[in-house]
Amino acid sequence: MADVRFLLTGDTSVCVEFGNEISEPINAQIRAFNIALSNSSIPGIVETVPTYRSLMVHYDPEVIRCAPLMDELKGLLGQLDKIVIPPSEVLEIPVLYGGEMGPDLPFVAEHAGKTEEEVIKIHTSTEYLIYMLGFTPGFTYLGGMSDEIATPRLKTPRVKIPAGAVGIAGSQTGVYPIESPGGWQLIGRTPVRMYDSGRETPILPQAGQYIKFYAIDQAEYDKIAAQEAAEGYTVKRHPRKEGGK
Amino acid sequence: MSITVLNPGLLTTVQDQGRIGYQQFGVSVSGVMDPRSAALANIIAGNDQGEAVLECTMMGPQLQFDQANVIAITGGDLGPTLDGKAIPGYTAVAVQAGQVLRFTAPKAGCRAFIAFAGGLDVPVVMGSRSTYMKAKIGGFQGRKLEKGDQIGFRAPVKSLSHMEDRHIPPEFSPRPVYVLRVVLGPQDDAFTSAGIDTFLSGTYTVTPEFDRMGCRLDGPAIAHKDGGDIISDGIAFGAIQVPSAGTPIIMLGDRQTTGGYTKIATVITADFRILAQLKAGDKVQFVKVPVEHAQNLLLAQRRALKALSKINA
Repeated sequence: MADVRFLLTGDTSVCVEFGNEISEPINAQIRAFNIALSNSSIPGIVETVPTYRSLMVHYDPEVIRCAPLMDELKGLLGQLDKIVIPPSEVLEIPVLYGGEMGPDLPFVAEHAGKTEEEVIKIHTSTEYLIYMLGFTPGFTYLGGMSDEIATPRLKTPRVKIPAGAVGIAGSQTGVYPIESPGGWQLIGRTPVRMYDSGRETPILPQAGQYIKFYAIDQAEYDKIAAQEAAEGYTVKRHPRKEGGK
Repeated sequence: MSITVLNPGLLTTVQDQGRIGYQQFGVSVSGVMDPRSAALANIIAGNDQGEAVLECTMMGPQLQFDQANVIAITGGDLGPTLDGKAIPGYTAVAVQAGQVLRFTAPKAGCRAFIAFAGGLDVPVVMGSRSTYMKAKIGGFQGRKLEKGDQIGFRAPVKSLSHMEDRHIPPEFSPRPVYVLRVVLGPQDDAFTSAGIDTFLSGTYTVTPEFDRMGCRLDGPAIAHKDGGDIISDGIAFGAIQVPSAGTPIIMLGDRQTTGGYTKIATVITADFRILAQLKAGDKVQFVKVPVEHAQNLLLAQRRALKALSKINA
């Protein structure tokens, strides 16, 4: 923790920076620190925002001023190795690949020099770390996609991409949580609602969790979509084993 | 219904003090651009400080009241009239069914806040009534007001106690150059010392690229040591982003939760009331203050608001 930096981001928040690269170990430290902070008795914390390599801590200066807060946060960092952090969760996200749902799957396969089935196999073989959420509500920045299926963005972005679309952009992959414009290569769609403002937990994924995609057929897609439209579908999840896979 | 929108004006949205606790999920905070002025409008109208108000931008709306209530307008002076007669800002005004509130033209500043006694009847989404236009969340149907919209009051009143005393002096007055105080950081070390000097000594001009997400400035380019790109991190209200081109952008209520540009400094919370009133062509200078000083100023403002809300309770 020697190189953790505390950066001033105005008078109601501070950025705790754990490093200057995108890496799973750094992100794991952020997750551990965020859990330790939420379990701590440090007063005045309003909300925290984990990103690739930092945790932004918003606080109320009426409750705790900047200098004492920094002392508390430094103290917490010093105890991190003594705190037991539960393993990350893996969210299992069903995807209907190809066809109308994944109009760019043929292009991604051609670009990779593989069959569509091989692309699906590679895309579903990895547990992707959710480094952070941002851009739009519920949009996940995932890490760990195989370079074998990396594909450049569309030259002309689409005006409207439906919620649930699963795409590839360069070496990134992810799910569009809300209908939006975008230039990702669309390879499939999930019937799972990553975002639903009416739900008790409006946004499904959390930074520090992992996403594992698995392929489903049209019948399964329709079944889950119907459940989402009715009482809601409960995504399967399991604790991640050390080392993944 | 209680208000009918005859003309929405340039950009009128329902906003409260923002959607807190969901930035970790990528949800922007939104909220009023000037929390202090909105709190004052609410206090004058007998509401909790954090009640949702209408935020009006430059050209205010025309609203017909279908039900009597008490309103208060704060922030910039956009020239409010009731049935054609000028009404004062920072003052409780009783309005009757059938009367029409109009704004003639901006006289000082850029944004006004209309509070309605008892609050507006719009749903709470993720803990807030604020409109987050990009995600179509909150406020009135997740969007800015349009002609014909009708919004209800939750608990309107014909009058409030001590109506004649519900007045405070207007706070905003135009200046040839506005001073915004800043706390340096988080990426002030990404700039050369000459770059920091440029930022703190230069005069910047507000460009027309000014919306609820950010305010782009024009002026002397601020020199980086090694470019303006960073690995994305969190963005505070008032953060001053400087991309590689060297001209700053001040991030505001509807900013994205994270971003990948260097941020040289953050405008202090006590000065958001000035920031929210800037408009294209205005001149700005930045002065750095220690974070302790910024917090002293903020807490003094909050104490004054609390004292005022007790008097007006």
